[in-house]
Amino acid sequence: MTFILSLVVGTLFAGAAYLMLRRSLVKLILGLVLLSHGTNLLLFLMGDGVVKGMPPFVDEATGVTPTVAADPLNQALILTAIVINFGFTAFILSLAYRTNQAVNSDDLDDMVETDRL
Amino acid sequence: MANHLFFPLLVPLLSAVLATLVGQRRVIARSIALAAVLFDLGYSIWLLFAVGATGRMVTQADDFAAPFGISLVADGLSAIMLTLTSIMMLVTVLYSFSTVSPYRERYYYYPLLLLLLFGCGGAFLTGDLFNLYVWFEVLLVASFGLITLGGERGQLEGGLKYVVLNLMGSTSFLIGAGLLYGVAGTLNMAHLAERLGTLQQPGIVTAVAGFFLFAYSSKAGLVPVFFWLPTSYHTPTVAVSALFSGLLTKVGIYALYRVFGTVFQRELERYGTLILVIAALTMVIGVMGAMAQVNVRRILSFHIISQVGYMIMGLGLVGVAGLAAGILYMVHHIVVKTALFMIGGTAEYLAGTGELKQMGGMARREPILAGLWLLASFSLAGLPPLSGFFGKLGLIQVGLDQGQWLMVGVAAVVSLFTLFSMLKIWNEVFWKRANVDQTAMPRASALLIAPSALLVALSIAIGFGASPVLRYSRYSAEQVFNTQSLVQDVCGPAGCDAVTSTANNQ
Repeated sequence: MTFILSLVVGTLFAGAAYLMLRRSLVKLILGLVLLSHGTNLLLFLMGDGVVKGMPPFVDEATGVTPTVAADPLNQALILTAIVINFGFTAFILSLAYRTNQAVNSDDLDDMVETDRL
Repeated sequence: MANHLFFPLLVPLLSAVLATLVGQRRVIARSIALAAVLFDLGYSIWLLFAVGATGRMVTQADDFAAPFGISLVADGLSAIMLTLTSIMMLVTVLYSFSTVSPYRERYYYYPLLLLLLFGCGGAFLTGDLFNLYVWFEVLLVASFGLITLGGERGQLEGGLKYVVLNLMGSTSFLIGAGLLYGVAGTLNMAHLAERLGTLQQPGIVTAVAGFFLFAYSSKAGLVPVFFWLPTSYHTPTVAVSALFSGLLTKVGIYALYRVFGTVFQRELERYGTLILVIAALTMVIGVMGAMAQVNVRRILSFHIISQVGYMIMGLGLVGVAGLAAGILYMVHHIVVKTALFMIGGTAEYLAGTGELKQMGGMARREPILAGLWLLASFSLAGLPPLSGFFGKLGLIQVGLDQGQWLMVGVAAVVSLFTLFSMLKIWNEVFWKRANVDQTAMPRASALLIAPSALLVALSIAIGFGASPVLRYSRYSAEQVFNTQSLVQDVCGPAGCDAVTSTANNQ
């Protein structure tokens, strides 16, 4: 499972890099989205391996903690990262929309006004 | 337990909420912002002295024992950064009163400033690596709002590049934090420092440290990931770019100091030479980039990049002495750079343009502004007895002690070029005869000049009182490198691993 997921992470990163190197603004944003998905999956893999069907709950009756359980911390990390990325994606989409209105183009090479001498 | 460490976070956050609710009434929003910033300033000055007297202050969020919960840690470096942030914020708020358009003020300018203060405070106080990531995002999103507020074409274009390149850096930070958790099983900085020293596979940690170096470099504007800076910093209103010039890149430097000084000490030795090479390239490329520019704030933006190189040089000269010199330089730089942006920005505001060709005659019209410019630019170039001289002297002394001749040579030559660029602005903006009709140009009011005068006075004060500042930066640098006492302060005398193993046995 870990191996397959690592391949998925790599594919997501590769796709993100490809999309971000294109000149289109929309593809740039899609690339950023893929990049954050890849990162979230990478965080998911960083516990003590991928554990299935073993929630990290303390048994209420006996008070025993399970010896093998899914790591709750990196799930919390992913949740935080998802929320942050969601907010940023919303922001950058609206920014891109306004930029598109102002520049009247989807081509990143047309957005050079602030770099000109 | 020093629970008062939450105050500099709660006060800006609650005031931001309050200022949002009453955002339509400018006077109330202004007074809320001013009150919150003044509180933060008073608190951080108190913290500066308290930390200097008693050492590190630690508190655990929600009383979860470290390393399980999130720790807030205030040491000398945090206190210095917090104080400087509050001073810069105060000056910016004062400057905003007379320069920011009512339209922007009504669209939540002050709440965004306060959220930026909130994010910076959190980044400087946290003792947890993932939490640092979250604080970075908080201050980033506030800065996104500030840089695009107004929605002019330049702001949108520059802002887009700023947003995208900073998100790349953040993602690299997140990847690094994730991998580090996989390697060490913790994200508390004290616990990490304890565990990374005894790890079986040091090679992986070196690779992971690379992610952090990339992430913080792109926040700090180091070569080769600085391109977001000169394309966006001259686009927002003057107050915002003055604040950003002093603060934002320095948050990246702070993170480099903190994470490489405390968590990745072994890696710092390994990366030391690379960091010095980056420092030299950053200095040279920044100063060369400035020469070609013909816009006041763009010249100054390129100089930020060049100056950041000096701070990284302090880190690259691995050790307490180098870091102390770097911290001293950072203190000087934040003050002077903000002053220069404000003075140059005021000239731009009065002339209605930032293009050097269309400006001029400012020395005759605004002699006080011109005098302040001369002082601040001499300080930036490093002329005694201003603060820049001692900042550079410290770095060059440490460099000579370590036999880094090339690095010292580059640092000295770059200072000369800095002076050249500053004199170019002086000639074009202040000294030459104006070639356009300036009779309708507004005069600078006292409220426009006072903030930058305050900063220039502070720079002179740091120059004359260099010895206590140097002593304090040395004290902070020692604290950053002293992981043993950090572990004891955060997790108790037995260390963090003792806490986790007791918890496992229960």
